[in-house]
Amino acid sequence: MPAKGYVEIAVEGCKGCNLCVINCPKDCLALNTSDTNSFGLYYAYLKNEDDCIACLNCAVICPDAAITVYKKAG
Amino acid sequence: MKEGYELIYKRPKTLTTKRMHYCPGCFHSTIHKLLMEVVEEMDIQDKTVGICPVGCSVFAYDYLDVDMQEAAHGRAAAVATAVKRMLPDRYVFSYQGDGDLAAIGTAETLHACNRGENFTFIFINNGIYGMTGGQMAPTTLEGQKTTTSPYGRDVAKMGMPLKMCEIVSQFDRVVYVERVTCNTPANARKAKKALKKAFEYQGKGLGTTFIEVASNCPSGWKCTPVESLDWLKDKVYPYFPLGVFKKPEEKE
Ligand SMILES: Cc1ncc(C[n+]2csc(CCOP(=O)(O)OP(=O)(O)O)c2C)c(N)n1
Ligand code: SF4
Ligand code: SF4
Ligand code: SF4
Ligand SMILES: [Mg+2]
Repeated sequence: MPAKGYVEIAVEGCKGCNLCVINCPKDCLALNTSDTNSFGLYYAYLKNEDDCIACLNCAVICPDAAITVYKKAG
Repeated sequence: MKEGYELIYKRPKTLTTKRMHYCPGCFHSTIHKLLMEVVEEMDIQDKTVGICPVGCSVFAYDYLDVDMQEAAHGRAAAVATAVKRMLPDRYVFSYQGDGDLAAIGTAETLHACNRGENFTFIFINNGIYGMTGGQMAPTTLEGQKTTTSPYGRDVAKMGMPLKMCEIVSQFDRVVYVERVTCNTPANARKAKKALKKAFEYQGKGLGTTFIEVASNCPSGWKCTPVESLDWLKDKVYPYFPLGVFKKPEEKE
């Protein structure tokens, strides 16, 4: 069974580039286009927590190191 | 922290908490992050010295939490030479754009390579002068439009885009040359491995190590970050092939 993961995305650290969104193999991420951070930029969020497999792809591709990744213990 | 979960990735401590000024999706940021992950993993933060160029990464010293020295435009290889010769136990890298390394600094680059100076070049080739507003660089592709080649680069007048990995591979004292990119997680992982290898070879005193990043510039290319990945795949990688051009023989 694949690992169960969870990611946190720093709203102020995100620049809305979309690179994490298109590189998530499980379609867990999306850009929030109805709100902006204090820099006036859309930011990414975890829209589908259930499917996250802690693969780290989003964290590896994020230019701004805005993503922290967790894995379910055990 | 989420209950019942363990942390498996966070921003490297060697990258300052300062927000990088780079445009969204710019690989300058990705390479800063990967490089600082390497420094953290190798535990060489207090033994690393970087040389900043003039270009978009002129403020890299604000983000890379290692000793940094600014150089005049194009002269990073000369400054890196001096730093490494004075402090041979340090891991020294020059961090340079294509306008910096392959236009105004071509002489410094080639002579440092010819001498086999034992530092690592990190060469961010985005095919354009990003900082100054998107002018043509020596690496701009044939037909590519920039503010100083509005009809596209005409190679009859402006020459062919310079292939720096292919050029520096010719020097006997350059030991490791690889062209990497960051368009996918797999390629970003490879880029990080290459940076680490370069530092390891430098640590063994083998000679010049040279990592070129086939990079992007969404703002200068006038596209979105995601569209910049298409340009890389369709136009850049076919002309600037990724991969290892030269590496030392590993004697284990
Ligand atoms: C001696 C000198 N000449 C010209 C400039 C103007 N200038 C600043 S950055 C730059 C080119 C930057 O392009 P590149 O090295 O490719 O870096 P990028 O911004 O694309 O990362 C130029 C020509 C300068 N600062 N100093
Ligand atoms: S860790 Fe993998 S599965 Fe989870 S959000 Fe990131 S890219 Fe998607
Ligand atoms: S890759 Fe990073 S900066 Fe880009 S949208 Fe995702 S979290 Fe934001
Ligand atoms: S201008 Fe280009 S190279 Fe400079 S930060 Fe913006 S996208 Fe990156
Ligand atoms: Mg450039």
